[in-house]
Amino acid sequence: MAQPFLKKDDDHDDEVDYSPFLGIEKGAVLQEARVFNDPQLDPRRCSQVITKLLYLLNQGETFTKVEATEVFFAVTKLFQSRDLGLRRMVYVIIKELSPSADEVIIVTSSLMKDMTSKTDMYRANAIRVLCQITDGTLLTQIERYLKQAIVDKNPVVASAALVSGIHLLQTNPEIVKRWSNEVQEAVQSRAALVQFHALALLHQIRQNDRLAVNKLVSSLTRGSVRSPLAQCLLIRYTSQVTRESASNTQTGDRPFYDFLEGCLRHKAEMVIFEAARAITELNGVTSRELTPAITVLQLFLSSTKPVLRFAAVRTLNKVAMTHPIAVTNCNIDMESLISDQNRSIATLAITTLLKTGNESSVDRLMKQITTFMSDIADEFKIVVIEAIRSLCLKFPLKHRSLMNFLSNILREEGGFEYKKAIVDSIVILIRDIPEAKESGLLHLCEFIEDCEFTYLSTQILHFLGIEGPKTSDPSKYIRYIYNRVHLENATVRAGAVSTLAKFGAMVDSLKPRIFVLLRRCLFDTDDEVRDRATLYLKTLGADGAVEDMKEFLFGSLDIPLVNLERSLKNYEPSEESFDINSVPKEVKIQPLAEKKAPGKKPTGLGGPPPAPPSTIDAYEKLLSSIPEFANFGKLFKSSAPVELTEAETEYAVNVVKHIFDGHVVFQYNCTNTIPEQLLENVTVIVDASEAEEFAEVASKPLRSLPYDSPGQTFVAFEKPEGVPAVGKFSNMLRFIVKEVDPSTGEAEDDGVEDEYQLEELEVVAADYMLKVGVSNFRNAWESMGPDCERVDEYDLGPRENLAEAVNAVINLLGMQPCEGTEVVPSNSRSHTCLLSGVYIGNVKVLVRLQFGIDGPKDVAMKLAVRSEDEAVSDAIHEIVASG
Amino acid sequence: MELCPLIKNILLLDSEGKRIAVKYYSDDWPTNSAKEAFEKAVFAKTQKTNARTDAEITMFDNYVVVYKFVQDLHFFVTGGENENEIILAAVLQGFFDAVGLLLRGTVDKKEALENLDLILLCLDEIVDGGIILETDANVIAGKVASHSMDAGAPLSEQTITQALATAREHLTRSLLK
Repeated sequence: MAQPFLKKDDDHDDEVDYSPFLGIEKGAVLQEARVFNDPQLDPRRCSQVITKLLYLLNQGETFTKVEATEVFFAVTKLFQSRDLGLRRMVYVIIKELSPSADEVIIVTSSLMKDMTSKTDMYRANAIRVLCQITDGTLLTQIERYLKQAIVDKNPVVASAALVSGIHLLQTNPEIVKRWSNEVQEAVQSRAALVQFHALALLHQIRQNDRLAVNKLVSSLTRGSVRSPLAQCLLIRYTSQVTRESASNTQTGDRPFYDFLEGCLRHKAEMVIFEAARAITELNGVTSRELTPAITVLQLFLSSTKPVLRFAAVRTLNKVAMTHPIAVTNCNIDMESLISDQNRSIATLAITTLLKTGNESSVDRLMKQITTFMSDIADEFKIVVIEAIRSLCLKFPLKHRSLMNFLSNILREEGGFEYKKAIVDSIVILIRDIPEAKESGLLHLCEFIEDCEFTYLSTQILHFLGIEGPKTSDPSKYIRYIYNRVHLENATVRAGAVSTLAKFGAMVDSLKPRIFVLLRRCLFDTDDEVRDRATLYLKTLGADGAVEDMKEFLFGSLDIPLVNLERSLKNYEPSEESFDINSVPKEVKIQPLAEKKAPGKKPTGLGGPPPAPPSTIDAYEKLLSSIPEFANFGKLFKSSAPVELTEAETEYAVNVVKHIFDGHVVFQYNCTNTIPEQLLENVTVIVDASEAEEFAEVASKPLRSLPYDSPGQTFVAFEKPEGVPAVGKFSNMLRFIVKEVDPSTGEAEDDGVEDEYQLEELEVVAADYMLKVGVSNFRNAWESMGPDCERVDEYDLGPRENLAEAVNAVINLLGMQPCEGTEVVPSNSRSHTCLLSGVYIGNVKVLVRLQFGIDGPKDVAMKLAVRSEDEAVSDAIHEIVASG
Repeated sequence: MELCPLIKNILLLDSEGKRIAVKYYSDDWPTNSAKEAFEKAVFAKTQKTNARTDAEITMFDNYVVVYKFVQDLHFFVTGGENENEIILAAVLQGFFDAVGLLLRGTVDKKEALENLDLILLCLDEIVDGGIILETDANVIAGKVASHSMDAGAPLSEQTITQALATAREHLTRSLLK
C-alpha cells in the first residue's frame, strides 16, 4: 500500500481531480484496518487507515454493527503505541464509532490511565472521549479525576472537563451538581475560555434557583470577566434575570441596565452587539434606554464586514416593529444598504425602511425598490411585499402608489408563492381601504386575463363575486369574467360561472344579461360547468325566495370539507336523500403543530385551512353496521383510545368511548400477543357499580382472537338522554383460551375458560365536549352575548409553571384552544387562553381563561363561560370546580 | 443550555458542493440524506456570492449561516436563528485561519484532502458537542500540529523497531529534499 497518502510531494498537480481517496472502498479499508493488530505497530500507517475510516464515515458511509465492533476492538489495540499523533486519531475515531456500553468497558481502563497521564493532551482528550461514551455508573468512578481536572492548571484540560460537565448535566445532573465548588473556582480562572466554560456550567447547575442566579450575575457584573464569550453569556444571563424580575420590582431604574450599557463600550464586537441586542429586547424598553444601543448598531451598518452589517440591520429591523421612531435616525445608512451586495442585508434594509418610513418618503422609497426588485430571489420579494402591505395599511392615503407598485410587479415574471403574496396583499388592501377597492379589483381583473395559476384565478373570481356587485359600476367586470368562460380550463370556467351568478343575484339590472351568458354556458364541454350553469339558471329564475338564494350563493359552509367528503362516500344511494346535517362537525386537530412553518402565512384569500382527516367517520360506519347499536342515533363523539393494559403484556387492550345522546358504547380493541394461544368468545365484563346513571343494555362478543390480529368487542350502556353522566367502570376480559401448535398453526379442540383483569375506565365530563374551533374568537364571543355568561374565580394551588396549569384545564374541559392561546410564553406571569367547543345537545360553548401565577407558584384562574344555555355554562363551572 | 452559544454544524465543501469534512452537532438533521440536502441548499444559496475577502452571511430555514471561500474550498458555520452572528463569525474565522496555518498557506482541496487528518483534528478542537472550545486560530493549529509533526514520545520510550522506523523516516525525508 504505497500510495502517496499524506505525502506532500507535488507529483499529481497535472491531474485535475486528484484525490488521495479516489476509488476508496469500505471493504478494502476494513481489510487494511488489520494492521492495528500487528505486533509491531506502524503509527503512520495506522494513522492513515484511521483517516480513511473517518473519511468514509464523514462521507455518510455506515458500518454494520459487526464491522463497527470489529474496527472498535482493533482500534483499542492502538493504545499500546505511544505515538501522540496516532493517539489523537484514536480518540477521534472512538467518538465517531460511539461504542455500545459493553464495548466501552474495553477502553475504560486505557482512557482512565490517559486521564491521569502527565501529558496534558492525553488528559484533556481522554476526558472528552470518556465523558462522551460513558454511562452513569462509570461516572462515579471517574468523578474524582474530573473534579481535579476542572481546576487543572492547564486550560485545555480544565475546559475539556467543564464542557464534558455541561453535556453530562443533561443525563446525570445529580453528579455534576456536586462539582459546584470546583466550577466556581474555575470561573475565576485567568484563561479566557476556561472562564467561559465554567460560567456556562455554573449557570446551568443553578438555573432553577433564581436567587442563586441573581447572586451570580450581580457579583460577576461588578467584577471583570475577561473572555468576550463569557461576557456574552453574562449579558444573556443578565437579561434573563431582568426579564424575570421585571414584574416583581416596579421601582424606577432597571437593574443591570448600566452594566448592559457599559458593555456597549467593550472592545470585542461580539460583546457590543450582544449588549445592544439585549437592550433592544428589554421588556417595555424606553426610547432613552434604546438610544445608546441604536447608536452602536448604526455604526455597524457602515462596517466593511458583511456579518456586522447583517447583524445590525436584522436587529434594527426587529426594533422597527415596535419602536419605528427610534430607528429613523439610521434611515440614511439604511438606504445605502439597499444596494448592498449581500441580498439578505438589502432585503432587511428595505423592509426596515418600509416600517420606519413616513408618508412623505413612500414615493421615493417605492422608486428605489422597483429597481431593486428585479434582481432578488422570490423569497426576498415576498418579504418585501408583506412589508409594503403593512405600510399601505399604515398610510392609507398612499394606496394609489402602492397599489400601482403591486400591480406592476404582478405583471412581471414570478413563481406561484410570489404571485400569491401579491394577490393576497391586494385583496387585503381592497378589504381594508375602501378607496382602493375599485382600482384593486381592476388590477386583479387584468391579472386573471393572463394568469397561469388556476388556484389564483379561481380565488380571484370568487373574490370578485363577493366584492364586484357592491361597486358603483358592476357591469364593467362582467367582460373579464365572461372571457374566462371562453379561454380557460374547466376549473376556472366553473368558478367564472359561479361568479356570474353572484352578479346576477345581487344586481337586478344585470340579471337579464347574466341569464344570456349563463345559457351559453349550458353547452360547455365540462359537466361541472354545465351543472353549475343549470343550477344557477334555475335558482335565479325562480320567483321570490331571494334570501334563500343569497344564502345559498354567499353563505359559508360550516362543516369541515373532509368530514363532508367522508360522509358522502359512506352514503349509499337509497330512498332517503343525503342529509347534510348528519355530517359531524368535529375537527380532529393534528397533534403536532408545524413548528417550522416560516412566519405567519397571510390569510388573504380562501377559506380556513383544510382540516386534517378524522377517524370519526370510520367509527360511525363501524358502529352503524352493528344492529344492536343501529338505533342509538347520531354519534356525538368518539374519544381517543385509552390503554387498559400495560405495554408488553399478554393481551393488549385499549378502549374507545363512543358517546351518543342516550347511550355510551365502549369499543374494546384487543390484541393477543401470545403465538401459542387462540382466544375465543372474548367479552369484557363491566362492573358499573360506580357509575349509577348507566345501565348495560347490550354486549357484542368477539368470536375469535388469533395471535397478532386485533379484534373488537363492544359493550353498550344506556344513560339519561342528553345528560353528561359520569362514572367509573371496572373491566374484566373473559375468554376461552385454546392451545395452538406453533408448527402447524392449528388449535386444539378443547379450551379453558379464563379471565384477565383490565384497568379501570372512566367517563368524564370532557367526553361530552366536542373540540370545535372558531376562526375569530372575539367575534364569536361578542355575538354570543353576556346573557348566559358565568364568571368565577378558582385557586389552582401550587403548579410547576403556568403552561402546566393551562394544559391541565384544557384537558379537563376537552375543548379546542383558539388562536394559539394554548401556548404559554416561557417565564410569563399571566396568560389568557381561549377555548371553544360544542357540548352534548349541540350547545356551543366559549371559554375565556385568565391565569395568573403569584409568589411561590400559586396559580389562580378566572373562568368566564359563554354559551347558548345557562345550564351548560353552569355545567362547565361544575367540571372545573370538581376537577 | 439554550442560553449558551451553540454551533449547529461546521462544513467544509469543495467548489462543487461535495463534502471534504463536515461535523454536525445538532439533531436537526437526523439522517445522512437530511444532511446532504442541507449542504446542497447552503451551497446553492451561497455559490454565487463573493465571500473571498470577508466572511459573508445568509439566513434560511431559520438558520444563520456564515461562510468564507478560498480557492476551491468553501467553509461554513451554522447557528440557530437567534444566535449572535458575530460569535458564529468568530468560529468561522478560527476554523478558516487554523486550516490556513496547518496547510502552510496552500489552502486548496487537494491539500485539504491530503491532510484530512489535520482538518478532522482541527474540527475536533474547535467545537465539542455544539459548545465552542476555542476560536483562536493559533491555539487551534498549535494543538493539532504539536503532536502530528514529530513521531511523539522521546526515543528512550520507543521500542527498538519503532526507533529504527523513525530514524529511517527521517533519513528518507532528508534525502528526498
